[in-house]
Amino acid sequence: MMDRPAVNKSPTQRERKRSGSDPSRPIVDVADVHQAFGSVEVLKGVSMIVRKGGVVCIIGPSGSGKSTLLRCINGLVPIQSGSIRVADFEVHQLRTDKEKIALRKEVSMVFQQYNLFPHKTALENVMMAPIHVLHEERNEVRERAVALLTKVGLAQKRDSYPGELSGGQQQRVAIARSLAMRPEVMLFDEVTAALDPETVKEVLNTIRELAREGMTCILVTHEMRFAREIADEVLFTDGGKIVEAGPPAELFDRPRMERTKAFLSQVL
Amino acid sequence: MKRESVLPVLLPDASRLVQTALRERRDGWRVRLRASHGGALLAVFVTGCAIAQAQVQAGNPSILETIWKWTPLLARGFVFNLAISFMAMGIGSIAGLFLGYAQISLLSPVRKTSWFVTHFFRNAPWLVLLFYCMFLIPFEVTLFGTKIPIPDWTKATLGLALPVMANVSEILRGAVQSIPTTQWEAASSLAFNRRQTMWMIILPQCIKRMLPPWMNLYAILTMSTVLASIVGVNEMMTLTQRALSAENRPGLLLSFYSYVLLWFFVYCYPIARWTVHLEARYAVKQ
Repeated sequence: MMDRPAVNKSPTQRERKRSGSDPSRPIVDVADVHQAFGSVEVLKGVSMIVRKGGVVCIIGPSGSGKSTLLRCINGLVPIQSGSIRVADFEVHQLRTDKEKIALRKEVSMVFQQYNLFPHKTALENVMMAPIHVLHEERNEVRERAVALLTKVGLAQKRDSYPGELSGGQQQRVAIARSLAMRPEVMLFDEVTAALDPETVKEVLNTIRELAREGMTCILVTHEMRFAREIADEVLFTDGGKIVEAGPPAELFDRPRMERTKAFLSQVL
Repeated sequence: MKRESVLPVLLPDASRLVQTALRERRDGWRVRLRASHGGALLAVFVTGCAIAQAQVQAGNPSILETIWKWTPLLARGFVFNLAISFMAMGIGSIAGLFLGYAQISLLSPVRKTSWFVTHFFRNAPWLVLLFYCMFLIPFEVTLFGTKIPIPDWTKATLGLALPVMANVSEILRGAVQSIPTTQWEAASSLAFNRRQTMWMIILPQCIKRMLPPWMNLYAILTMSTVLASIVGVNEMMTLTQRALSAENRPGLLLSFYSYVLLWFFVYCYPIARWTVHLEARYAVKQ
């Protein structure tokens, strides 16, 4: 096992910098965000907060803006109005690539289609960003990468290329790759949607373990049982708005809004 | 590229269609040599020899003897064709990579200029470019008081390197655009900057995609080197014409020219097969 789990880091510069700030301050603060692709408004005033170590699941029908919201949080998609703050970054004000890159060292994203780099082995996929982006020492990164692959149960696959791995294995490598950046927040964008039912479990176990260790996670998911199990808070989105939010027990068992009830009756 | 759609959910499909179109466009101009083409050439050659042999007058050497007699000279010409093709390919590829990289620049003037240069040379007939180089480049230049001659074959090489450059530029651009945008997304979510993404993630994946069209281009170029005969370079085609006029026997025409074609086939066929093989191999991996 890892001798140094990703979340119990030795104090880095950025943590010392942050130690002065209010510890109860949410690590992700999204306020009244509007986002549009051309003339189509995808997000129509979304607000949410995530505390450090919190696990938030976003559920809702396709096209309700869930994935877009995640992409806004790590600055992949610009927003039209509102504000997004992640740790000390005002995401909506980031303009230059340099600023966005600084943000993305804190927020890592895992995609539905894994998006591993096909010309690199599993281990190289995990090692690339820490070496070239964080400029960490190769041997140290290698050690950590092997530990991370062990953590996701793929140490023996370290020299395989993504094309030689199953979907579930690729997705776990992708999670290890994101963790190698030691992010403060992990974003998961329907990470099990492209997997067959048997391999879904292995990926969910990995995420569950992360959540237990105290990693701040925001998940867009269609796995309702999983959301109920690990989430501190569940958000139900529809039509670019958050229709209802609450602890999983409340939202799943006693939804207040008609729209939520209708959706849950379809999927549960 | 700006795309507008009233249905943004269709954008992934739309961009895939665009990529398919780009790929077809990139690969559309292809040589697909088959063994049967070689068989047909051989048949033409044998027929040509047979017809010519029937016309041989008593006292003249047989057709095969005549061809054998000229083969060393023709082979020297062929080596010259290959030399021109290597150099034109080398120069054209290096220039084309720069031009192609400029085509995906974020700076609009750089992108537009290189786009124009690429399409100008890509769509200009090869022969016209060859003539331009032949007549616009002086036969010698004076540098620091010394006269440096520029031989015709150098000009021909440059003339052929220009369309190669344009095509390589387009191959690079097409390859970069055929890499799924999700690779860019994944790289930028891992905080890679654009230059790192390009050099560590996108371009390495492009090499495989570029190799088949690049080899295809080389096969086309090799066959185009005979164009240099029109501008008087001593390559295989020119030498064949000389041999024919020296022999002064009209019956030799078919057999000699099909003989030259056979040489080119024997050289280009393995390249074509290898290209097909690589394409098949890389197609599965994606």
